[in-house]
Amino acid sequence: MKRQPLLSVKDLRVEFPTRRGVLTAIDGISFNLREGEVLGVVGESGAGKSITGTAVIGLLEPPGRIAGGEIRLKGERIDNLPPAAMRKLRGKRIGMVFQDPLTSLNPLFTIGDQIIETIMTHLPVSEREARDRAVALLEEVGIPAAGDRLSAYPHQFSGGMRQRVVIALALCAEPELVIADEPTTALDVSVQSQIIRLLQRVCRDHGTAVMLITHDMGVIAETADRVAVMYSGRIAEIGPVRDVIKSPSHPYTIGLMGAIPSLTGDHDRLTQIPGSMPRLDSIPTGCAFNPRCSLTMERCRIERPELMPAGESQAACWKLLETEGAGR
Amino acid sequence: MLAFTIRRLLQAILVMLVVALISFTLFRFVGDPVNQMVGVETTPEQREALRELLGLNDPILVQFGRFITKAAQFDFGTSYQFRQPVAELIGRRLPATLELSFVSAVFALLVGIPMGVYTGLHRDSVLSKLFLSISLIGISLPTFFIGILLIFVFAVTLQWLPSFGRGEVVQLGWWSTGLLTWSGIKALILPAITLGLFQMTLIMRLVRSEMLEVIRTDYIKFARARGLRQRSINFRHALKNTLVPVITITGLQLGSIIAFAIITETVFQWPGMGLLFLQSVQNVDIPIMAAYLMLIAFLFVTINLIVDLLYFRVDPRLRVERAAH
Amino acid sequence: MTNATEESAIKQEPRGRSRLSRILDSDIMHSFLRSKITILSAVVTLLFLIGAALAPWIAPHNPFDLASISILDARLPPIGMEYSDPNYLLGTDDQGRDVFSGILYGARISIAVGFLSVFFAAIVGVLLGLIAGYVGGKVDAVIMRVAEVQLTFPAILIALLVDGVARAVFGNLDRERFAFWILVFSIALSFWVQFARTVRGSTLVERNKEYVQAARLIGIPPFLIMIRHVLPNVIGPVLVIATINLGLAIITEATLSFLGVGIPPTQPSLGTLVRIGNDFLFSGEWWIAMFPGCALAVLVLAVNLLGDWLRDALNPKLR
Repeated sequence: MKRQPLLSVKDLRVEFPTRRGVLTAIDGISFNLREGEVLGVVGESGAGKSITGTAVIGLLEPPGRIAGGEIRLKGERIDNLPPAAMRKLRGKRIGMVFQDPLTSLNPLFTIGDQIIETIMTHLPVSEREARDRAVALLEEVGIPAAGDRLSAYPHQFSGGMRQRVVIALALCAEPELVIADEPTTALDVSVQSQIIRLLQRVCRDHGTAVMLITHDMGVIAETADRVAVMYSGRIAEIGPVRDVIKSPSHPYTIGLMGAIPSLTGDHDRLTQIPGSMPRLDSIPTGCAFNPRCSLTMERCRIERPELMPAGESQAACWKLLETEGAGR
Repeated sequence: MLAFTIRRLLQAILVMLVVALISFTLFRFVGDPVNQMVGVETTPEQREALRELLGLNDPILVQFGRFITKAAQFDFGTSYQFRQPVAELIGRRLPATLELSFVSAVFALLVGIPMGVYTGLHRDSVLSKLFLSISLIGISLPTFFIGILLIFVFAVTLQWLPSFGRGEVVQLGWWSTGLLTWSGIKALILPAITLGLFQMTLIMRLVRSEMLEVIRTDYIKFARARGLRQRSINFRHALKNTLVPVITITGLQLGSIIAFAIITETVFQWPGMGLLFLQSVQNVDIPIMAAYLMLIAFLFVTINLIVDLLYFRVDPRLRVERAAH
Repeated sequence: MTNATEESAIKQEPRGRSRLSRILDSDIMHSFLRSKITILSAVVTLLFLIGAALAPWIAPHNPFDLASISILDARLPPIGMEYSDPNYLLGTDDQGRDVFSGILYGARISIAVGFLSVFFAAIVGVLLGLIAGYVGGKVDAVIMRVAEVQLTFPAILIALLVDGVARAVFGNLDRERFAFWILVFSIALSFWVQFARTVRGSTLVERNKEYVQAARLIGIPPFLIMIRHVLPNVIGPVLVIATINLGLAIITEATLSFLGVGIPPTQPSLGTLVRIGNDFLFSGEWWIAMFPGCALAVLVLAVNLLGDWLRDALNPKLR
């Protein structure tokens, strides 16, 4: 029997009402995340990756709102919890790491203050225990002389060090799931892979599942177990990383793969997908990708494709129907 | 930090020198001081003797030097209209103005900050809209008209509070205070509200807009993502970050409260420096004008200096040298 | 991808429509029509402007025509009260002048002083800001230092000082004749700083842009470039500052007049009228001070609301 997934998102719709009409930022996406699993969410800017993450942790900025579908954490619905219950869940069961470590930490409080406050908010420990725990965490994320650094202010750390602190903060109450929203984008290239590896290691050690949001397919390839490719607020393709990378099914994914520089030099030049993603107020009918797709058929312009099996993965493309049965 | 303090101190001294120069120019060149001091029947010889006596024939730089030296000792000469030393006149009026300014500043802060926090957090609540409307009216009503309205309602119509003067005062050494008698406190209420209302609305709007700004920052979002309690986010994490600009403006406002006291003192016939200054403007009593200008500048500069030093207490980024990475 | 970029993607305007329809559908126009308070303020401001401009034609009495006022009509209460005279809508003052007409004529002076002083302050401020930003170096340092020092002093204090100096220079009698212009000058002098700082900031940004460098290379006088390219960029902020300062200038004028150092009672502004009426507050003739005071408050409130709206409309982030 299949085990219950840790996180289950079903038909999620997120809307932003504006005075020119309601914009649908997330249009009916579904995915599951198993315990301890790393799910990469990849896509261009504006594809809805961050909004998906923010919706899961319940921090959508008004007027943005969940307009349909449901989010379950271990079977319990969390998208319609009262604010107080949701507040208790954040940090305790779902942690989050933001993009820019330079702005994620409150500049006027020591990092010790910030970690200890977070621990004591969620766990029934004394201040002394919280402090010990904070030191242990900082050591675990690789901050040297952690005990002394508790009384330091964020501005006294470098960017990479701050992101380590942010990871410690996200993990300090042992959440079951961490949502990492572009955790390395704002960092120096030289420390990016360190931080990604740190995140991977710490989460594996704690058995924490990760929803890793990024536009960097290389990071996904290195880190994730499964990957969801998003386009215009929908999932274009989802499946095991190996499968999606080796044999992408959706034309958009294929295009994305062409855009990664490969170290082995398999491709002699990077291909680029012509055009750009449609704005939210002008998403075409049918498949959102149809204006940029080289394989567009009549049906693609009329009817929206749902996810359908493509090997071990699933992809939302009408082409799959044609080749169905023919095998891959 | 020491270097910063010294630089600030030097800037303060520079400002004081500039203001002293303006005061001196006023004193020396706007109207002839000798003409102001003597009657019509004074002979040219007597005038010349007085001129020599006052040192008005010395080189300008020497005169300026003398002006500054004397000013540093609170010697601003003799008032043309009262024929009394200016320092004495101002000294007698100083406590009234400072007491009024202090009480209204405290009123402005104690009411303005909580209202600002509230309206910043609950942008769309009915109470917020009410506060904001009140603040807009508070900014649009000229101070003197607020005073007149308050007098009309509470002094003329209801007859609850006095409409002029300080009430009974108690002498503590050279300082006269109205805070120790019931009638003194009653007399202070209307002027203090009149003077503080504008600053209160300003502080409220400032705290509100800072609050709105801070609440959007990443570190507040991150604090929410960590599930911290709402109260801690609002009053610990957010409010502290709004304080730097609030301190700045409040400091500056403290200075302008003392200046705006001119209006309030006129409306309520409050026997302070402002009233004295206004009379001196109307009667072209240059020594008092010059002295008042210097005094106000001194207060402003001192307050600014204190404000700058306060930053260090609030913001650690200014306090510490950058640590090794 | 952040929410902000998403929002900005939403905000983009469709192109290719006529200018008029763009203005009608612009955010500014939209926010104007959406806010009833803003429309009301605009109407009130407009009424004041018309009333002030046409005062000699629409005022029921001429308060300055000594032949037409009679001391017998002094201190009449406003309509609706006992002993009131239907000729005098809002009552009369101690010399029998019609309060309503006084307000119309007073608003004329208050608004004129407000507009002129803000106008001059803007010209001086924009020019100095352009120079400071463009020339830079010592000139910039001097201008900005002066601005800083001046900023520590409230406008009212500076205006009072200027007035004191004017009295000393002109003597009290001459001063009355020049009172109007002295007032305009002293208020303008205390308001230029904000303009200068804003314009300087934009100039600094613009100066380093490539097209300015390029234009300089082909020999176009830099100052011309500044005027052609920087000015249009700062027109918005300057307009906002001007509107907000207009309310402040009117208040400052009224305050100075109330203190007795502004417009003399022979040609009273709203502030002077309140000053006159203040003496009769305790003897029960409240209308002499209250009506001009309320008119002043309503006028300034309307102007401030317009300024607030304009600032929010041009800078949605600050809402």
